[in-house]
Amino acid sequence: MSTTILVASLLTIIGAATPLLLAALGELVAERSGVLNLGVEGMMLAGAVTGFAATMLTGSGTVGVIAAAVAGMAMALLFGVLTLSLLSNQVATGLALTIFGVGLSALVGSGFVGSPVAPLPKLALPGLSQLPIVGPVLFGQDFLVYLSWAMTAAVAWFLTRTRPGMILRAVGESHEAAHAIGYPVIRIRYLAVLFGGLMAGLAGAFLSLSYTPMWVEDMSAGRGWIALALVVFAAWRPWRALIGAYLFGGVTIIQLHAQTSGIINVPAQVMSMLPYLATIAVLVAISAGPWRGRLNAPACLGVPFRPAT
Amino acid sequence: MDRPTGPPLLELRGITKQFPGVLANDRVDLKVMPGEIHALLGENGAGKSTLVKQIYGVLHPDAGEIRWNGQPVTIADPHAARALGIGMVFQHFSLFEAMSVLENVALGVDGVHDLGALARRVREVSEQYGLPLDPSRDVYSLSVGERQRIEIVRALLQDPKLLIMDEPTSVLTPQEVERLFETLRRLAAEGRSILYISHKLDEIRVLCHGATILRGGRQVAACDPRQETARSMAALMVGTQIKPPTKAAGATVGAPRLTVDGLSLPSPRAHGINLHDIRLEVCAGEVLGIAGVAGNGQAELLAALSGEMLAERPEAVRLEGRPVGRLDAAARRNAGLCFVPEERNGHGAVPDMSLAENAFLSGYRRRRLLAGGLIRTDRVAAFAREIVERFDVRTPGIANLARSLSGGNLQKFIVGREVLQEPLVLVVAQPTWGVDAGAAALIHQALLDLAARGAAVLVVSQDLDELLAITDRLAVINAGRLSRALRTAEATIEQIGLLMGGLHDTPEHQPLETALA
Repeated sequence: MSTTILVASLLTIIGAATPLLLAALGELVAERSGVLNLGVEGMMLAGAVTGFAATMLTGSGTVGVIAAAVAGMAMALLFGVLTLSLLSNQVATGLALTIFGVGLSALVGSGFVGSPVAPLPKLALPGLSQLPIVGPVLFGQDFLVYLSWAMTAAVAWFLTRTRPGMILRAVGESHEAAHAIGYPVIRIRYLAVLFGGLMAGLAGAFLSLSYTPMWVEDMSAGRGWIALALVVFAAWRPWRALIGAYLFGGVTIIQLHAQTSGIINVPAQVMSMLPYLATIAVLVAISAGPWRGRLNAPACLGVPFRPAT
Repeated sequence: MDRPTGPPLLELRGITKQFPGVLANDRVDLKVMPGEIHALLGENGAGKSTLVKQIYGVLHPDAGEIRWNGQPVTIADPHAARALGIGMVFQHFSLFEAMSVLENVALGVDGVHDLGALARRVREVSEQYGLPLDPSRDVYSLSVGERQRIEIVRALLQDPKLLIMDEPTSVLTPQEVERLFETLRRLAAEGRSILYISHKLDEIRVLCHGATILRGGRQVAACDPRQETARSMAALMVGTQIKPPTKAAGATVGAPRLTVDGLSLPSPRAHGINLHDIRLEVCAGEVLGIAGVAGNGQAELLAALSGEMLAERPEAVRLEGRPVGRLDAAARRNAGLCFVPEERNGHGAVPDMSLAENAFLSGYRRRRLLAGGLIRTDRVAAFAREIVERFDVRTPGIANLARSLSGGNLQKFIVGREVLQEPLVLVVAQPTWGVDAGAAALIHQALLDLAARGAAVLVVSQDLDELLAITDRLAVINAGRLSRALRTAEATIEQIGLLMGGLHDTPEHQPLETALA
């Protein structure tokens, strides 16, 4: 009995954490290249509605996931053209992108509200998924959950172990110096921003095709903002983003279970504030502690770059 | 070494580069022979950096031709320049602070995949040329001299035929300069060419075999610096004779105005320098200089003097005997201590406010620009106009934004704004950093005149020539400690250089037992 509850809780925590992790990894890469894209929420919604619509129209979850990724990248491309080529303010443009994404997704999705769709299939690993507890939790997930774990490792490896990753960090650290040595700052940032859009689109697809397989207006419900907070919470490190995503995801789920069982009687709103409070607490702890001043934030984060030619 | 013969390694013909509103290079010709150390000489803003950035592929010429070993080439980007055999050491280093020495080197060397092998090569090259470097350290923890070594080693790893060095000595102690020159001479003896950019004439005369002089974007002369005097090259570089600053005869030194007494403060910045037991005294009518390599506590000392950082005890900083250590910057300015910071835009002036507003922000109390809490715009305008006229600030009007002024003009404005408040004490950081010679002469004269009127002037600068020209006494700051002040007239460059490198003599105030220990 208690095992069933445990497994159910763990499964829901994974469900809550996966979209956070996917979106945060994408934003982490973009921010490491020096671009602050506050439009994660908008890109997620674009991904969610596109993925849902494509799945409805074609009947294929795979097509839906790919369409969601493309939609996220299209939003990111719009952001890139505005901020990187036309040098608009990154904060304002990111906020606008979110507002735009909320409205556009509601418009596109108005015909799909309430329609059911088959959820993404669970890829159960034969044998392993039969194990008690660990089986269904670790080996009975859908593709996007496995992808989120694999991408954490891949992004960490890319940033610290590969030359392109080193160049990307260098661009975020000092675009002037990177330009002077001869690296194409703008092109690298475009790629990083597009990756951010792709991951946000996948996060959206997970919401509308797996977590709650349907389309509801504004269904990301602030997860894009939590993903942004998560990047700071993780101090721009992929593995910490994974831990943070599960912490933040866990908080929301534990709160649901605790409330239904009547153990804790805390208003839901207080619990949903926790990720942000935790981020502020971490920021304060890091800034005041012995690591004072070394938050690990990319030095050129949010700073526009215009090369002389 | 005689001037080598044969075809030039690098030849520029009629290089022209236009920026919005500025013709940065106007039909510039230049020749560098194999094995030659060639100087590119000119004032700030003469177009030197623009020219070499075109050689390194960072910028592209609008017109003209670059020839390499006699063949015309197009240098699309720095990768192409490095492939030809051109290496560059930038003036503002192209380094990444939060990354390691090794990563920084790897980023500047094309086609590196094995970091372990690269680390070994870094050690080899740094030993071979006497440039010690630890590949595993992070750049932010390194001194400016060490940072420059990264750039040089990075360039040398590519086995360059031509090494471009942009103002390499502006951040080094005299001893470090000597060591750098040895390295450069060795490189030239190996047959490599060096294009050496500087405005320091004495350096060029001892180091370089040939020189090209730029002024206002144009090539005004090509000469052999060994045959020229510093004076003749200065005249070519500046275009007019610059009058050296003169001190009023018979000036007397009065009572102590600014006293710093045992000031110790932890730096508020990560990787900052803590101040240890700073003691100094500046008297009325006197100019005291503080020399030192950048990043040895100058920023912290200046903040502690200006009031941006408060001392732990009020008595640690005294103005005419009155303890001001716990007063903030506005209160200190009101008490008669004015301040010119190093950074002009953003510290010395608000870039997006007009000159009149900037004049008001600093001078509203001492110049009485307020009436009942309201700004007296007529008096503000009069004050700003007075600064512009007396200090020859070239601007269309006082309504122009501070950011629209060139570095030299804005510096003249800021110095003028503080000097005209007739302070008891003026603290100035880097008064002529990046300022053309004409403006520098004007600023130096203004500081000397202020001292002659009875003010105490404290100048913190990395430019030793400047300090030797205008100060009466000179102290050196190193690792947050201030040396005893020497009489400038009696100090030798070697003595100062040793102090800058950290070899302190026994300070006067050191207790006997520790001095003997």
